[in-house]
Amino acid sequence: MLTYIIRRLLYSAVVLVLASFLVFFFVTATGDPLAGLRISPNVSKITVQNVIDRKHLDDPIIKRYGYWAQDAFTNQFGSTLLDNRPILPDLWRVMKNTLQLVLIAQLLVIIMAVAIGVVSAIRQYSVFDHTMTTFSFLGLATPVFWLALMAQVGVVQIFERTGHRLFPIANLSAVDPGTGLDFWIDRAHHLTLPVLVLTVAGIAGYSRYMRAAMLEVINSDYVRTARAKGLSERRVTVKHALRNALIPLVTLVALDFGTILGGAVVTETVFSLDGMGLYFVNALFNNDPYPVMAWLMIVAVMIVVFNLVADIAYGLLDPRVRYD
Amino acid sequence: MTDRIPAGDQSPQDLESVLIASDTAGLPASAHGQMGSLALPEEPPGPAGSPEQAMVSPQDLALSQQQGLEPTARSQWAYARLRFFRHRMAVLSLLVLIAIGFVAIFAKQIAPYEFDELDLDNITSGPTFADKHLFGTDLLGRDYLSRVIFGLRTSLWVAFFVAILSTTIGTTVGALAGYYGGIVDNLLMRFTDLILTLPGLAVLLTAAAFFGAGDPLKVGLILALLFWTSLARIVRGVFLSLREKEYIEAAKASGASDARIILRHMLPNSLGPIIVNTTLVVAAAILVEAALSFLGFGIQPPNPALGSLIATGQAEGTDLWWLVTFPGLVIVVIALAINFIGDGLRDALDPTQRRVRA
Repeated sequence: MLTYIIRRLLYSAVVLVLASFLVFFFVTATGDPLAGLRISPNVSKITVQNVIDRKHLDDPIIKRYGYWAQDAFTNQFGSTLLDNRPILPDLWRVMKNTLQLVLIAQLLVIIMAVAIGVVSAIRQYSVFDHTMTTFSFLGLATPVFWLALMAQVGVVQIFERTGHRLFPIANLSAVDPGTGLDFWIDRAHHLTLPVLVLTVAGIAGYSRYMRAAMLEVINSDYVRTARAKGLSERRVTVKHALRNALIPLVTLVALDFGTILGGAVVTETVFSLDGMGLYFVNALFNNDPYPVMAWLMIVAVMIVVFNLVADIAYGLLDPRVRYD
Repeated sequence: MTDRIPAGDQSPQDLESVLIASDTAGLPASAHGQMGSLALPEEPPGPAGSPEQAMVSPQDLALSQQQGLEPTARSQWAYARLRFFRHRMAVLSLLVLIAIGFVAIFAKQIAPYEFDELDLDNITSGPTFADKHLFGTDLLGRDYLSRVIFGLRTSLWVAFFVAILSTTIGTTVGALAGYYGGIVDNLLMRFTDLILTLPGLAVLLTAAAFFGAGDPLKVGLILALLFWTSLARIVRGVFLSLREKEYIEAAKASGASDARIILRHMLPNSLGPIIVNTTLVVAAAILVEAALSFLGFGIQPPNPALGSLIATGQAEGTDLWWLVTFPGLVIVVIALAINFIGDGLRDALDPTQRRVRA
C-alpha cells in the first residue's frame, strides 16, 4: 500500500513537471502581455524595459521556465507580470471564496442526488423515476453558463414587473456588507443564485450515477438473501443496499473534488464572483503566465491528491480491491 | 478456413441471429462492457453473443432448413435498426435533429433576413409576429431569428467536425494501441494521463488562447485534439479483448495481413461503441464550444455562433431577455436530441440491454 502511494506520487510528480512546462510554453507564447503598456502614452519606455528586466522576458523560454520554477519553490510562486503583485495571497483569497461556493453546492448535490437516485432505483419506471430521468436529461443538455444567465434574467424580469429584488445577481458581497453576522447574511444572500445554479447542474449527472449504482446493488444476490431472511424492507434498503451503492459515489466525489477546487469557471464569470475560476480566466486574458501557472500547479496537485484519496477510499470501502 | 467462408466477424453473427432469432443477436460479447458504462476491458463475455456458441457448420444450417425450421434471417444491423425504432424518444429526437440540420444547411434560404441586416425602425424590439421578428431584434436592429439560425449553422458545423475528426483520430490511435501494444500504447496512455491530471476546461482555455481561436475551424481543431482520447481508450479496450478471439487467430493462421485483420475483422466489431461515443461527442462539442465562445476564447464575432450570441446578448443587457434565452434554448434542444439518440443507439447496439421501452 505504502509503496503503491509512493510510486503513484513519484509518477504524478513527473507528469506535473511535464505539464507545467507545456502550459508555461503555451501561455508565454500566446501573445505580448506588454502590448497594453507599449501603446499607452503615459508609460515611458524605461518602465516597459524595467518590467522586461524584472521578469527576464528577453531570455529564451527554457531559461524563463527555470526562473519561474525557482520562484515557485523559493518565493511562493512570485508575483504577477505587470503590477508585480504577490500571487499567493490573492490565490488564498479566491480559494476561500470558491470553497464557500462549491462546498455548499456540492453538499446539496450529494444529498439530493442520493435521495433521488435511491428512490428512482427502488421505484424503477415509476412516474417519479420518469420525471427525474427527464429532468436529468434536460440538465445534462443545458449549458451551465446559460442556466446561470437564465437565473439572472428571471430575477431581473421579476424586478422589472413587480419591483421585488429577490437576489443579487452579481458579486460576493454588497458594497458595504457590515461585519459579523450581517456580513454572513449578506454573503448567503449573494451566494443563493450561484449555489442554486451549480446544484441544479450537478444533480443531473450525480443522480443518474447513484440510480445506476443502486439498481445494480438491488438486483444482487445478497440483497435477495437479506430479504429472504425476513429483514424489513427499510433495513434491506438502508443497511444492505444503500451502503454498498454509496461506494462508487464516494470515489466519484473524491475524484471530482480536486477539479471542483479549480473553481466554477463559468458560474463565477457569469456572477462576477471573486473565485478561483474567474481568477484563472482573467490571468489568461492578461497573457500573464505567472498567476496561470500558480493556479494550475495548485489545482493539479489537488487533482493528483484527490485521485489518490479516491483510490485509497475505494480500497478501504471495498475489501476486494488489492494494491500491488 | 479460407476466404470463401470468412472466419471473421460477419458470418458468425449472422448465423447467430438465425439461430437465436430473438432480440439478442448483434455485436460480439467483447463490446458489451465498453458500450454502456466505459467499463474495464476485463468484462467477461456475455452469454448471448460469444462467437463460440455462434459457430455453426453450414451442414447444420442446411439440416434445419430442410426440416422447415428456418426463421427469418436478419443481419445484426437490421436488429439494431428494429431496436432503435422502438425507442420513441430517440426516433422523435432524430426527426427534430434532421429538421434542425435542414434549417442549418439551408440557412440562407430559410432565414428571413441576413444575419447582419439592420432594421433601424425596430431596434431592441421584443419577439413579435407583427414585424416578422419572431425572436426580436438586438441593439442594432438585427433580426435575432436570422442570427440564431446562422449561429446554429456554425455551431452544428463545428460539432460535427469535432465528432468526425476526433472519432477518426481516436479510432486510429486506439486500434493501433490495442492491436500492436508497445510504444503507441504507452504513448497513448501517458498522454491521457497528462490530460487527466490537468483540469479540462483550463487546458481548453489555454489552448484556445494559444492558437488564437476566433474562427470556427480553429475552435473545431482545438476541441477535436482534446476530445479523441476517451474514444481511443474505449477502442483500445475493445481491441485488446478482440485480439484474443478465435476468429482473429483463425484469420492470422490463414495468412491475413494486419491491415486486413484490423479493418475487416476487428473494426466492424467495434463499431457499436464507436458510434455511441461519436454521438455523445457531438453533444459535448456543442456544449463546450458554446461555453468557450461565451467566455471569449471560442468563436468570436463577426462569426455567428450560439455561444457568442449569448455572450453579446448578456453584454447588451439582462433586461433584453430574448437575446440570452433563444440561442440557449436552441443549444438545449440540440444537445437533448443528440443525447436521446445516443441513448437509443446504445440500447440498439448493445445486445445485453434488454430494457423494454413502451
